[in-house]
Amino acid sequence: MPGKLKIRVDQDKCQGHARCKSLAPELFDLDEYGNAHEAGDGSVPAGLEDKAWLAQTNCPEMAIEVTEE
Amino acid sequence: MSDSVSIMPEHPPVTDWVNDFDHTDPRWTENPFPIWDELRSECPVVHTKRFLGCYLPTTYQAVKEIAYDTEHFSSRRVIVRDVRPEQTASAPPITSDPPEHKPAKQLLLPPFTPDAMKKLEPRVRAICNELIDEFIADGKCDAAARYTKHIPVRAIAHMLGIPEKDGDLFIKWIHAILELGIKDDNALMGAVQEMGAYFAGHIQHRRTNPTDDLISTLMNARDKDGQPLSDMHVLGSLRLLLIAGIDTTWSAIGSSLWHLANTPADRDRLIAEPELMPVAIEEFLRAYSPVTMAREVMKETTISGCPVKPGNMVLLSFPAANRDPAMFPDADKVVIDRKENRHAAFGLGIHRCVGSNLARMEMTVAIEEWLKRIPDFKLDPAGKVTWSEGTVRGPRQLPVLFGKKN
Repeated sequence: MPGKLKIRVDQDKCQGHARCKSLAPELFDLDEYGNAHEAGDGSVPAGLEDKAWLAQTNCPEMAIEVTEE
Repeated sequence: MSDSVSIMPEHPPVTDWVNDFDHTDPRWTENPFPIWDELRSECPVVHTKRFLGCYLPTTYQAVKEIAYDTEHFSSRRVIVRDVRPEQTASAPPITSDPPEHKPAKQLLLPPFTPDAMKKLEPRVRAICNELIDEFIADGKCDAAARYTKHIPVRAIAHMLGIPEKDGDLFIKWIHAILELGIKDDNALMGAVQEMGAYFAGHIQHRRTNPTDDLISTLMNARDKDGQPLSDMHVLGSLRLLLIAGIDTTWSAIGSSLWHLANTPADRDRLIAEPELMPVAIEEFLRAYSPVTMAREVMKETTISGCPVKPGNMVLLSFPAANRDPAMFPDADKVVIDRKENRHAAFGLGIHRCVGSNLARMEMTVAIEEWLKRIPDFKLDPAGKVTWSEGTVRGPRQLPVLFGKKN
């Protein structure tokens, strides 16, 4: 049984492509400039693990970290 | 003094792509993909003496290194041309370097967020249907001239608060700046001046009649010292929004329709599985990225092990990066459900396209509305598809047949 996932958006790397928001809207929030932040504390609710990985593998700036707790 | 006849002989046909490339050569315009593949297999960065000296990175890695390196590479010139006049028409933030870049960009970001684009979407959907109404009964059309060309012009005009009917004027200026301007300085400067005069009128009008459009947003913006932007800055940013917002998306919509006209299986799948659309749009952006930017080398450095020297330009080919098989498996195939797709169609690093959310929304809506009304279509064998030359690539003539039953 895999552990719980946690995501984090590196604010120095994010350039606001918003690919994560489009692929996994439940897991990311955009600020007024369109830059992404992990929603809440970054914990990925059960069932959304695939979306977390999808967002991570589509970020052009490699700004999304996914870790297993 | 300048006419096209006296200018053209400067560009003899290319016989050695590795040492003498030319992105205005007709073979590049028609089908650049095999050329990039050949160059990539030779070296990650090639050089030409044309355009007063210019490098071309062809791998994703080399393009990324340059895009992230604002110390050795400046954005003050973003088009590779035959001439390199000292005075350039600035268009902040695209022509800005750090530290000026960030404040100029932040002014433009809020009006282009995905949420802001959702508000504009109904108008774009209506624009698409108004256009389709005009030609659907004919059973055929030039999809570039009658459809793709008009969608971004009308959308950006709507955002700026200028008449949508002035679109033909904008298209003329953009053609002069991005295509003719590579070889003809007079055409470029003439268009820049006309555009400046046009916007000066709209700015003047808003001083006494304030509006809530993008022109007013820029006029009301304050810099970090609380001062209004200079007229030059406002004009430059308006120039950027118009130039960058129109033939880029026109090209992206056109290339997507060209692909779908040629590929009935992808067309049928998108109609049967509309939820695939967002992923398919990203794949069209990867495979047919319209925009190549430029940088100017400011200090000597190495890129992917290749030395680059000041005094040269760089053709920053996001389209070539997006076809690099080291980054994308089956890079030469269009895979409309591609799962992993870190494409660089909107750039990488601080200059990420400010209008990327607008472009995506326009592409999605334009393809959705087309497929709803014209699900079955193909290239017209009696016509000829032509592609734009230079910095932005997309179909400029796209004759298609679709049968009167639609």
